[in-house]
Amino acid sequence: MIDGLRRLGRSTLFWLNRLGRATLFLLRLLSALPTLAKRPGLAIRQLYSVGVLSLPIIAMSGLFVGMVLGLQGYANLVDFGATSSLGRVVALSLARELGPVLAALLYAARAGSALTAEIGLMKATEQLSAMQMMAVDPFARVYAPRFVAGIIAMPLLAGIFTAVGILGGYFVAVQQLGVDSGAFWSQMQSTVKLFDDVINGVVINSVVFGWVANWIAVFEGYDAIPTSEGISLATTRTVVNTSLVVLAVDFVLTALFFGV
Amino acid sequence: MPMPNTPFSRSDPPDPPPLITVRGLTFYRGDRAIFRDVDLDIQRGKVTAIMGPSGAGKTTLLRLIGGQIRPHAGRIEVDGACVHELGRRELYQLRKRMSMLFQSGALFTDLSVFDNVAFPLREHTRLSEALIRILVLMKLEAVGLRGARDLMPSELSGGMARRAALARSIALDPMMIMYDEPFSGQDPITMGVLIKLIRTLNDALGLTSIIVSHDVKETASIADYIYLLSEGSIVDHGSPQALERSRSAWVEQFLHALPDGPMSFHYPAAAYAQDLSLAQEPSP
Repeated sequence: MIDGLRRLGRSTLFWLNRLGRATLFLLRLLSALPTLAKRPGLAIRQLYSVGVLSLPIIAMSGLFVGMVLGLQGYANLVDFGATSSLGRVVALSLARELGPVLAALLYAARAGSALTAEIGLMKATEQLSAMQMMAVDPFARVYAPRFVAGIIAMPLLAGIFTAVGILGGYFVAVQQLGVDSGAFWSQMQSTVKLFDDVINGVVINSVVFGWVANWIAVFEGYDAIPTSEGISLATTRTVVNTSLVVLAVDFVLTALFFGV
Repeated sequence: MPMPNTPFSRSDPPDPPPLITVRGLTFYRGDRAIFRDVDLDIQRGKVTAIMGPSGAGKTTLLRLIGGQIRPHAGRIEVDGACVHELGRRELYQLRKRMSMLFQSGALFTDLSVFDNVAFPLREHTRLSEALIRILVLMKLEAVGLRGARDLMPSELSGGMARRAALARSIALDPMMIMYDEPFSGQDPITMGVLIKLIRTLNDALGLTSIIVSHDVKETASIADYIYLLSEGSIVDHGSPQALERSRSAWVEQFLHALPDGPMSFHYPAAAYAQDLSLAQEPSP
């Protein structure tokens, strides 16, 4: 009993300590943003590696998720003769939830883990120390560009995931299962709201997820123990923690935007 | 404050003030004291070696001088500025005049050799690309790697990587360079090249060099002055010739790589027999 309490206390202190360090790291990161504003090229270069290189996995996943939604939606709606609502079901599911959440989870697995590993390896090979000794601040040169690029990339990737998903749903519903094309698009047009579903659902959600995912990824790299095992653990933590936090934050945002 | 145990007495010919003065340096890692009340001076224009066995805190000393870590007590001054009392901006200003060659070279793996050397110039100057190109090629020529400018760090041998890093470390014409184990893991030819380069660059560019190493022979061959570190303090110091004549058992063991002496091969542990449970049981 006492041992259990001790372990719980130790674990709580450990996580509080990490949260404190992550918060200090974030503040330091934000203080480096004005320097980055003078050299936007640094963030644009990172946008390629975290955004453009994530496109294949995002587009492929979006396509399959949309196709599955089309199939599942059809199988359920056909019993009620409501297959004309399939466009609405696919679009709302993707815009409000699946698009931003799945894009964030895929981002964590593809780009977040790569960010952590890259920064951890730079630390292990003394590249960050060398930068400091050359009077170059790694916060302005390494961490902030990656953090900002990730936040910019996230809503774009979520938007692409959602759009490709809708096309996947359309392909299955209209081309394969014979749902009326006009009904598919018109139902979608009449129910999907620009502010509620696109701005709140896709843009705001994914900016918040992007903030969280990149904060965790960059911090884990910065905080990694500079050994092969330490970097491996940090990379795993990035994927696991980002997934959990994104899902938790999604619940909070959903309650705020759509809650009663 | 009592006079520290400096190597340069009043009877020495008048020298300019030391570039680096360390007084009462104390630094702990956890409960273990890496340095206890250490004093030392690094003279301008000289090659000073900091030597000692692995784990003696040699690299830590360089990181303390560079302001990457702060001492728990004592004072480290570089060119009159107390490193650990500087704000980030002032520290970065000072670091533009300092340089460090890391043990691994620490080249940026996503940049070519040329871009690595150009990195500090692009970060800290507003020189045109044409002028940067000329400067980079001059630095690469000095280390014999002008022809390797387009190679990536992964395509370089260990010795080439260290030379490329050396070219980068002199890019901004610093007043001093700290070398962290520059000879470790190098073949004899590369080692010879590095030894010659360090001495030549020091003299030609009017630098102050600090070499941290445990390669006794190589380091002693170019050092003007040597500090020997062990177990948190300076065991001895002096010119290579003076240390060669030292009667200290520790110095003799270290300089001549003797297996037996005051320095123990074994990490402190319980008695061997006791650890193996072979201790004699008292007879009944």
